[in-house]
Amino acid sequence: MPGTETPMTDTEAAMPFHREPRGGLMVALRATLKRDLVLLLRRRSEVLNPLVFFALVITLFPIGISPDPELLATIAPGLLWVAALLAALLSLDSLFRGDYDDGSLEQLLLTPQPLAALGLAKVAVHWLLTGLPLALMAPVLGIMLSLPAGSYGILALSLALGTASLSLIGAIGAALTVGLSRGGVLLSLLVLPLYIPVLIFGAGAVQAAILGDGVAAHLAILGALLAVTLMFAPWAIAASLRISING
Amino acid sequence: MAFASFNEFLAMGGHGPYVWTSWAVTAALLGGIVIHARSERRQLLRNLQRRARRERRLAGGRAPVSHQRGGHVDDT
Amino acid sequence: MWTFIHKLGSPRWFYAISARLQPWFWAAAALLLLVGSVWGLAFAPADYQQGNSFRIIYVHVPAAFLAQSIFVAMAVAGLIFMVWKIKVADMAAAMMAPLGAAMTFIALFSGAVWGMPTWGTWWMWDARLTSMLILLFLYFGVIALRGAFSSRDSASRAASVLAMVGVINIPIIKYSVDWWYTLHQPATFTVTSRPSMPMEMWLPLLIMLLGFYSFFIALTLMRTRSEILRRESTKRWVRDLAAEEA
Repeated sequence: MPGTETPMTDTEAAMPFHREPRGGLMVALRATLKRDLVLLLRRRSEVLNPLVFFALVITLFPIGISPDPELLATIAPGLLWVAALLAALLSLDSLFRGDYDDGSLEQLLLTPQPLAALGLAKVAVHWLLTGLPLALMAPVLGIMLSLPAGSYGILALSLALGTASLSLIGAIGAALTVGLSRGGVLLSLLVLPLYIPVLIFGAGAVQAAILGDGVAAHLAILGALLAVTLMFAPWAIAASLRISING
Repeated sequence: MAFASFNEFLAMGGHGPYVWTSWAVTAALLGGIVIHARSERRQLLRNLQRRARRERRLAGGRAPVSHQRGGHVDDT
Repeated sequence: MWTFIHKLGSPRWFYAISARLQPWFWAAAALLLLVGSVWGLAFAPADYQQGNSFRIIYVHVPAAFLAQSIFVAMAVAGLIFMVWKIKVADMAAAMMAPLGAAMTFIALFSGAVWGMPTWGTWWMWDARLTSMLILLFLYFGVIALRGAFSSRDSASRAASVLAMVGVINIPIIKYSVDWWYTLHQPATFTVTSRPSMPMEMWLPLLIMLLGFYSFFIALTLMRTRSEILRRESTKRWVRDLAAEEA
């Protein structure tokens, strides 16, 4: 019984919050976006680590293979894409981990708003602070790998488009493994095979740009992949989160 | 019959090793799967029967068992 | 109709019905595989280009077909489990995954062995072999995910979701790998797709294919029955059954 233990004024003040505010979904989305952005920006190392990892992996290849610019130029598109993909993969484990540990993921499940939309908001933030920076950083590393001129824009664009799909697909794996204590390696086992189409067309776009072929088809397919994942992934993410929390 | 003799059949026109390893690995795997499935089933049935026997014993002789245990406690 | 499905979905009914079906599928599998093997190995004519090495087709193609079908079957079973909460569907899905991985392995192994006489190398990044390899990783993922959960219900639901996600991705992976292959590799001699195969070569392949499918159904029925005994071991009817068979 409310009011018997707490003063009347408190319950009255609390009442309005029990009703769903107008435009509830938009409010919830904006709140989730803002909260995740703030949280991630406060833990700056989590944003920076994938970028450092990306640069480090790219540094290893000339050392491991050969500093010959011609050789590097031929393998640069695939190399940059694979390294960016691994860097994005590395950041996935923390996507839901923090929220799972402090219990706010359960709160997310209890909200009256559809979980798929809220999950999408979280993935959007993840892409904004992982995929997009990786895409912007890739041209710099491309210079170091003597990537032929004229393909830098396409490299950044294909990565920006592709990492959005990667974040969405990866979020399914992250949601499935968030309840497991040793989910890290399992996560990459689940997610990497699903990344292959994006890798093929992303690296293909850069290669086509180098050869001077049209890149519109590649970018269109990357866009189509993003559209398909955007359609299916949120539901899979929501279902997976429910499994991880309730199980 | 595509072969004139048994030796020709084994040789497979020089491709014998390739053909026979593929077929042998396939046969071994399929056979192994069947053997595993059979032993799995037998094991499960055996476990169930063992449990059923144990439960029957416990249900049949509950009073004597508790009496015996009491006796043991007295002895020690 | 619905009552029939739910009856079939109850482990007890499934156990009874599958007991009746199972021997037929085992017999069909044994007969078809035997006939197909003898026909394919000894009676089918040699290929005019590849000679006798083409006889690997009779294990390679059925295994590859089955590997893909099992993944689809697993996803369908996962869907049935998620939507109607039919536990038998999940038990069947759990039993299908290792068999699917084994079939993928057979397809990969026979493909690699076949590569030696045709390409002169054990491994080529051929479109078919590459997508088979990816399929193997997908199977490993499903099996590993199921094993990682301590609660059986979570494991079942997680594996179902992953199987469904995988089955949506398989055609996308397949087409992108095909596209990638045509872009990067010189047009080599493709092993399995030929414009026209003479009837004497094609019929044993069909028989082997049917044999492999019967084997899959028979084995899935048998192992699902075992899984029912394992998961329902506390149920009364299972205990009575065990006592009966003693």
